[in-house]
Amino acid sequence: MVLEYLPVLILMVFALGFAVVTIVMSDMLRPNKPEKVKSSTYECGAPLFTDARGMVSIRFFIISMLFLLFDIEAAFLYPWAINYNVLGLFGFVEIVIFIIILLVGYFYAWRKDALEWE
Amino acid sequence: MDGMILKIIFILIKILIIFGATMFIAGWTTWVERKIIGHMQLRLGVMRTGPHGLLQPLADGVKLFFKESIVPEGCDRATFELAPILSLVPAIMSLAIVPFADKITIAGRTFEPFVANLNIGILYIFAWSSLSPYGLIFAGWSSNNKYSLLGSLRAAALVISYEIPFGFSIIGVLMMVGTMNLIDIVHAQPDIFHYFIFRQPLAALIFFISIVAETNRCPLDLAEAESELVAGYFTEFSGMRFSFFFLAEYISMFVIASMFTVFFLGGWHGPVLPPILWFLIKTYLIVISYMWLRATLPRIRYDQMMSFCWKVLLPLSILNIFLTACYIN
Repeated sequence: MVLEYLPVLILMVFALGFAVVTIVMSDMLRPNKPEKVKSSTYECGAPLFTDARGMVSIRFFIISMLFLLFDIEAAFLYPWAINYNVLGLFGFVEIVIFIIILLVGYFYAWRKDALEWE
Repeated sequence: MDGMILKIIFILIKILIIFGATMFIAGWTTWVERKIIGHMQLRLGVMRTGPHGLLQPLADGVKLFFKESIVPEGCDRATFELAPILSLVPAIMSLAIVPFADKITIAGRTFEPFVANLNIGILYIFAWSSLSPYGLIFAGWSSNNKYSLLGSLRAAALVISYEIPFGFSIIGVLMMVGTMNLIDIVHAQPDIFHYFIFRQPLAALIFFISIVAETNRCPLDLAEAESELVAGYFTEFSGMRFSFFFLAEYISMFVIASMFTVFFLGGWHGPVLPPILWFLIKTYLIVISYMWLRATLPRIRYDQMMSFCWKVLLPLSILNIFLTACYIN
């Protein structure tokens, strides 16, 4: 059982190794001549006057909260979907109740304009 | 103990072959893309390096490898270095369970042409694909550039939004198969009449649309909308670090297209030709249809895209689950 995941572990070491070694190799072989203008932040040629890390629209936060909600729901649905053939009518009724509860929250978010971007 | 070492060496060789083949495919997909889009726009595309520009990906790779990698001032060094690695590693990791073909028995030894056969196959893919927004966010935040930050926020919000219909659309298939193992899902589609694209057409459509957004491809590629955000989250990256984002994009494009093949097009099944070839042909047809989309459609506005995901795709995918449940009962 655990042995099934051995290739995954090896691949992970391999992938990290590949990424790090490629970057280190490239860093050793490439030219490195930093200068003031070259390393300044790109801003269409105009000089910077503020830091980029300012305020961010609240929309992104709401979207991430909604994502959390629905992603957890998806996590609950997976085991149910696998066993659906075994559960029969009982599973069907149960999931309809589950989805209805979720849809109430979904339409609430819709009515509260959480899905709008104006 | 010796058997263990032998096994590890064997796995390493297999990883090297599969990784090498994928890098080759990813590299030359850039060539195919430039050629296809060129011809669709009545241009020739790349022509200079080698016959019909065939050596262009190699030249690009060498160039990017030896290019100076500029670190912008005011950047957060640690996250700036981590971001390219964090986007490439998940892409390579999801390669592990792509089932290129069934187990082959040669001279009494079974050989598996895939890295791992996990019974949680689908969850594995979702786990790695939901790690990719970290790379985007790190890249955008660390560069201290307004374009990068806006691009990365848009990208992350987009990817997580489309992850929901992406995850839900598969549930219909899972209910009909009753397993999350990718090999078993392919076994459930032995001939063209059993392909899930015909049994779950709505799910296939939702899945196809959401994978375009998941891999940040045009017309849903607002993260790197050149006309408004320069290059989006990797504006400040150059050299090898820049190429990592591209590599990640092309590898995950290939992996996710192969997931479409597994779930809806019957994987390696097909007449006459060997299974591996069928798998690659089907996957590549999906990849080419991405390019076709990019050449045909204009970019969609961000608010339109978000509301399309939340107000159309999400209810449709829940409806699909409900319909499938009714159908099976």
